[in-house]
Amino acid sequence: MAKKEKIDRQIMPEQAPYIRAKNFEEVPLGLTQEAAVKEAQRCMQCKKPACVEGCPVGVDIPGFIKLIAEEKFVKSIRKIWEKNALPAVCGRVCPQELQCEGKCIVGKKGDPVAIGNLERFVADKERISGTGELPPKAAPTGKKVAVVGSGPSGLTVAGDLTLKGHQVTVFEAFHKPGGVLVYGIPEFRLPKDIVFSEVAFLEKLGVTVNCNAVVGRTVSVDELFEEGYDAVYIGVGAGLPRFLNVPGENLVGLFSANEYLTRSNLMKAYRFPEYDTPIIRGKNVITLGAGNVAMDSARTALRLGAEKSRIVYRRSRDEVPARGAEVHHAEEEGVEFFFLTSPVEFKGNDQGRVTGMVGLKMELGEPDDSGRRRPVPIEGSEFELECDLAIVAVGAGPNPLLTQATEGLALNRWDYILADEATGKTSKKGVWAGGDIVTGSATVILAMGAGRIAADSIHDYLTWGW
Amino acid sequence: MFKIVEREEMTGGTVIRNEIEAPLIARKARPGQFVILKANETGERIPLTMADTNPEKGTITIIYMVVGKSTALFRELKVGDAYQDIIGPLGAPTHLEKVGKVVCVGGGTGIAVLHPITRALKEIGNDVTCIVGARSKDILIMEDEMKNASNDLRICTDDGSYGHHGFVTDVLKEVLEKGDVKLVVAIGPVPMMKFVSKMTKEYNVKTMVSLNPIMVDGTGMCGCCRVSVGGETKFACVDGPEFDGHEVDYDELMLRLLAYREDEKRSLEESGLQL
Repeated sequence: MAKKEKIDRQIMPEQAPYIRAKNFEEVPLGLTQEAAVKEAQRCMQCKKPACVEGCPVGVDIPGFIKLIAEEKFVKSIRKIWEKNALPAVCGRVCPQELQCEGKCIVGKKGDPVAIGNLERFVADKERISGTGELPPKAAPTGKKVAVVGSGPSGLTVAGDLTLKGHQVTVFEAFHKPGGVLVYGIPEFRLPKDIVFSEVAFLEKLGVTVNCNAVVGRTVSVDELFEEGYDAVYIGVGAGLPRFLNVPGENLVGLFSANEYLTRSNLMKAYRFPEYDTPIIRGKNVITLGAGNVAMDSARTALRLGAEKSRIVYRRSRDEVPARGAEVHHAEEEGVEFFFLTSPVEFKGNDQGRVTGMVGLKMELGEPDDSGRRRPVPIEGSEFELECDLAIVAVGAGPNPLLTQATEGLALNRWDYILADEATGKTSKKGVWAGGDIVTGSATVILAMGAGRIAADSIHDYLTWGW
Repeated sequence: MFKIVEREEMTGGTVIRNEIEAPLIARKARPGQFVILKANETGERIPLTMADTNPEKGTITIIYMVVGKSTALFRELKVGDAYQDIIGPLGAPTHLEKVGKVVCVGGGTGIAVLHPITRALKEIGNDVTCIVGARSKDILIMEDEMKNASNDLRICTDDGSYGHHGFVTDVLKEVLEKGDVKLVVAIGPVPMMKFVSKMTKEYNVKTMVSLNPIMVDGTGMCGCCRVSVGGETKFACVDGPEFDGHEVDYDELMLRLLAYREDEKRSLEESGLQL
């Protein structure tokens, strides 16, 4: 057999930075069919695929890639669906470099197979021109499951359990389903129509989605059991914004990233006044924090007309928690970084609007509990940065709305729900939990992984008992 | 969808009452709690404290004044039309306790919010004096309802067209002077709540106010509704909407309420709707 011709990793085309920084269209444009098939041929079809070990939901990666190489796209997407109900989402927002692609053998001596891009390709192909044929579903079991929260973990649980024949209802507090995929991640990274079509797919499979249902207020967990649900999964995310607790934080023009992104993404304030929700369009914007949410905020600010969009982070570039690709995209678009700077105060004018931030220079000291070097203030190094909009993106904590309204649900010392790692079971009978409300802020795919584990355990419970 | 089953224009079309089918919310709501309403697909999420609920009928009642695009849009909805989204009940219910003599002070559409609280305070055995104010007689709402909900109703108008000629604080001062008042509940425009609280502080009478800052989700997720209370930042949507009136930073609240003044103007103009 002739030696296989070496194929380079297929590059996914992107909108040019200077164009995309002014619009909300998606940045990467997707692979063509030709490029996808070519890329799929790079996969070595390992007998013991390391990539699958790197996938929190265990997608049969060589399996679906082989089907792309053979141009059997419908079979390929069905292969993914066996393990992942949200492939168009995961193909876009998973940190593949740390997971599947990070373990890819081809990547040992060059670029790994573009697993994420291939997943995205085949999911998009199915959505746009697929057969609409649904995966097979088990016979109805007569059991009812309530899923609280329609983010990535909740949707995973819903997808898994409906395929196993259970009757699933998802409860969402917002008026649209998708959780963080819809209120948090911007359109230019994850178009909302894609999320809605993934949810619509679950509805076609038989899942009921109830929006405007705030569990803990509109209905309690105990009432769900009284209404005949046999099991409840809690995947409400980490929806409590952290602020900095510095003077001037309640000035107009200072937002939590949650508020800023929710206004723009869920409420479509970027299309104001066509949509009624307004948002402050800063010319000179500061974002505090350097995670993925901070990158999303700083890049959204550019698209909303900022002339300057700056990220202020108290540690150095090496400690930046955002994905490399996100930092790269932000820098390409013109986001500037102020490292080793900590905010100490916000200044405002007589109308109570923010006009600037007083920052303090930091230097790196000894490693802290997280293993990262602790930033230490340099005395007397205060300086002022002007801004007319400041976005605080320093993380989120557990929102207590549901947990405080639910008896018998044990929490840890930080008020996250205590759930068994191997099963997702909580201290309350019949109740599982997973995702950010258990682990604290993490990634979409880790939340989906937690959902998968809980779904398996819920299925066992509904079949055999607690 | 949440269908409007009854609708009333209360003061020449500027204040409107809607009774809306929302059985799940009606079943759970308590006095003092609010809902978030969104008229249609492109609409804004607007928080309004409920004026009444009817669990048997499965309805909630809201009363709003037309002040901008979103409320002008609400006014377009007639009986049989529906709000696309209503979320609730949100916020902490009013703490109801028998304390003796209570004064409830209401202004503008705040009277609508005050009504179920007044009624509940009287029902549990308090002696409730109610002081309501409006700019003028023709925009005073719910006079009969407030009369029934309280033991003694006092009315003030800014222009003297009805009742006492002057502010609610004038009458409040009279009542406080007589002594024995254990609790004041004040709901209305921010300046009214501010001056009521200032006065009751002098008399050392516990005062509760209900705040209506700008909100987005109403579940503690965004922090848009943060208010300074006793030097601490609170979220009105989950920690409130009711707070100790003596501790609220009203000046900050007023500035935050003006955050989108220009956008609101533009939104109304471009909609072609009228106030």
